[in-house]
Amino acid sequence: MLSVQNLHVYYGRIHALKGISLEVNAGEIVALIGSNGAGKTTTLATLSGLLRPREGHIYFEGRDLTRLPAHQIVRLGVVHCPEGRQVFARLTVTENLRLAAAHRTDRKNVARDLEYVHQLFPILAERRNQHAGTLSGGEQQMLAIGRAIMSRPRLLLLDEPSLGLAPMVVETIFRVIGSLRQHGVTILLVEQNAYRALQLADRAYVMETGYIKASGLSQVLADDPAVKAAYLGG
Amino acid sequence: MLTPSYVAQQVINALNIGSIYALVAIGLTVVYGILRLINFAHGDMMTVGAYVALAALTALAMPAVAALLIAMLVVSALGIVIERLAYRPLRGAPEVAMLITSLAISSLIQNGATMTLTAQPRPVRLPAELTQRISALGLSFAVMDVIIIALAIALMVALTLFVQRTTLGIAMRACSENVRVTQLMGIDVNRVIAVAFAISAGLAAAAGVLWTGKFGIVDPFTGFLPGLKAFVAAVIGGIGNIPGAMLGGYLLGFAEVFFVAFMPPEVSGYRDAFVFVLLLIVLLVRPSGLLGAREVNRA
Amino acid sequence: MKRLVPLIPIAVVMGLAGLAQSALNDYYQRILAVIAINVILAVSLNLTNGYSGDFSLGHAAFMAIGAYTSAILTLPVRMKAVVLPDLPPWLGQVELPFAVAVVIGSGLAALVAFIVGIPVLRLRGHYLAVATLGLMVIVQVIALNWQPFTRGARGINGLPPFTTLLWAYGWMLVTIAVIWRIVHSSFGRAMMAVREDELAAACRGVPIFRTRLLAFVCGALFASIAGALWAHLITAITPSSFSFLITFNVVAMVVIGGSGSITGSVIGAVLMTLLPELLRRFETALAIGGQPLYGLSQIVVALMMLGVMLFRPQGLMGRRELPEVLAAMGIGVPTRPSRVEAAGEKTAQAQTPG
Repeated sequence: MLSVQNLHVYYGRIHALKGISLEVNAGEIVALIGSNGAGKTTTLATLSGLLRPREGHIYFEGRDLTRLPAHQIVRLGVVHCPEGRQVFARLTVTENLRLAAAHRTDRKNVARDLEYVHQLFPILAERRNQHAGTLSGGEQQMLAIGRAIMSRPRLLLLDEPSLGLAPMVVETIFRVIGSLRQHGVTILLVEQNAYRALQLADRAYVMETGYIKASGLSQVLADDPAVKAAYLGG
Repeated sequence: MLTPSYVAQQVINALNIGSIYALVAIGLTVVYGILRLINFAHGDMMTVGAYVALAALTALAMPAVAALLIAMLVVSALGIVIERLAYRPLRGAPEVAMLITSLAISSLIQNGATMTLTAQPRPVRLPAELTQRISALGLSFAVMDVIIIALAIALMVALTLFVQRTTLGIAMRACSENVRVTQLMGIDVNRVIAVAFAISAGLAAAAGVLWTGKFGIVDPFTGFLPGLKAFVAAVIGGIGNIPGAMLGGYLLGFAEVFFVAFMPPEVSGYRDAFVFVLLLIVLLVRPSGLLGAREVNRA
Repeated sequence: MKRLVPLIPIAVVMGLAGLAQSALNDYYQRILAVIAINVILAVSLNLTNGYSGDFSLGHAAFMAIGAYTSAILTLPVRMKAVVLPDLPPWLGQVELPFAVAVVIGSGLAALVAFIVGIPVLRLRGHYLAVATLGLMVIVQVIALNWQPFTRGARGINGLPPFTTLLWAYGWMLVTIAVIWRIVHSSFGRAMMAVREDELAAACRGVPIFRTRLLAFVCGALFASIAGALWAHLITAITPSSFSFLITFNVVAMVVIGGSGSITGSVIGAVLMTLLPELLRRFETALAIGGQPLYGLSQIVVALMMLGVMLFRPQGLMGRRELPEVLAAMGIGVPTRPSRVEAAGEKTAQAQTPG
């Protein structure tokens, strides 16, 4: 479904991604793990068109996304739910959700998706007219995911959904990620919590300083002594 | 001297000037909110609007309403073109780059007008039904005074509805919080910015038409000072904030008119200085303005 | 021996200025003097706009302060009784030498910059643009209304023509030397650190606010000197002499020459003095249908500025200085490389694609 080939990305003179290649198949959850600064967020930002690679290609269902502007990539079904929630604090919950669906023409499905989001996160329905800035961190993360759902993703790029959240909320979020897969959404998940990520994902890539260091089935990686030592706390 | 009718007259005057400042300030604030651009060429959009309306009124003998609409349309289109050619290539450059560019565009408009239309001020003769004076409740005011206030308020209501209710309006507000993330919503940010420039320039054109309608004269530099003052108004209200720009516009209108009306005549010559001293005071005491949120750092 | 090297260009410039003063006619002398004044303006504006990263538009205001101060202080007492009869007696009776008046004027401008800078520099850089433009309006309005000191819109004329080429180029060299030393001192490095990354500079213990304020005050000081030179070159000043046009043209010099390069500012000033001067002849010569093309030279300046912003945002020189360029060409004394070229590029690629 997604095929990334030899991606090189620079920030000015800093060489951030040094030849990343990866594959995501339809229906999978693939995790991208690694320590801070390994290039995970940069990878997602490049996939969604926020950054331009200097070299390499990104194909989504055979289409070359490499030079496409970010908003068109969303319209093809590759939806990026960014790190740190990034909800629009001065828009209401409903406006946040509405904005994410603004490019869609299938009005009936939009209404159904909104219902689905409200069903997944009832608290968002309760707070629909509140400014997003007044929500708690967990609620904001729910809104961020809800927003991504409203864009009708086929491939969801999910960046650090559990960052800084209470354990209870983390449970909710991971449950929702699981149920999204049931609904046919393919997911590329970036997580610092490598343990949880490997539990959830089918396959994973391990990144380090701009390279893919290892890849394979989640269970295999979880048992790999090197991965264990570096990312799973022994 | 301070008769009730004199005071009432000054209030009408202040509402007039304030309405115009508010319209101009909204345009500045909308663009600033999204691009962090202090658009020095914004006041010159007033000038262009006034010239276009004047041409429509005299050369094409159009009715006043049509002249206003034409001016707004032409200047909106000009705003879009300027954004496309001069500002978009600088997206992502240091914010001072766009500021310098806007200075150059301002100079271009002023001197272009000087070269083609001469610096000679042109009188604007309004249709008689607009200059006609009405007497009511012991007050006497021109039809134009009422039109300025009514039209400004109508435009502001329309803009508020647009920004609050429509998807494009929501997208504009989203952009002013975070352009990058707005793209991730599938929104074509370039289109949103083009619309913001069109609205901004169109409102400035309307303000320019009203301004020349009130003062009866237009020259290549007509809009520059009101444009700067509108920035003061936007800062007073809290830059980036649309209701703030409206409030700031009226406050500045009242401050300026009352300064001239109620201070001794030897002081009133300092009106323009007073406006900018006001700016310095606001920057010192409350830099985020009356309604402004603190500057949100952008990711 | 090596320490004496900078004295050679100084001697050459002053020698040429002296020569020109005795050999050239008034028209060329005046243009040469205007060039020197514009160099002072551009180099000093570069201190804020190029080095500390605060964009000031207030140069005309500080020029006006210098010009009016020097005019009032140097006007002969007998003339003052006629031209400015309402001056307070202590001012009406003084008649100071040019140099003293210039120094007092620059002190005054520095004081004003200090007072205005304190509120304004607490904000982000581009607020300064509007606030300093506001300052320009304030100063102009005061010049227009403060009749006893300024004669209002009529202005003050008949000033002593003190500004010879030797004075102009002398002050120009002082300006360049002082600003060169500032920029290459630890203070100058602090300014550039603030420009590149305020947070990082603060972490390294650079006193941000004081650094920016000092740069602003220094810029004002030299602008005031240029104003005084201008007043005694033209020998007449009015409030409209110090309009936005002046500021705009000085900004154009800095931007076109290259913000952050003293050499660039000098080149920009020379170029932006000569070019409009040439073009002004076309304005009347190219008259279409008998109508002169007033505004043409300013349009060209504006277009050049646009072109630079779009196609060469670093300006002609970027941040390089003459000695580096010469060294790169294999001429002259190599200087220690002290530039921070790379840092500015960091942000370029990570931004919103347009």
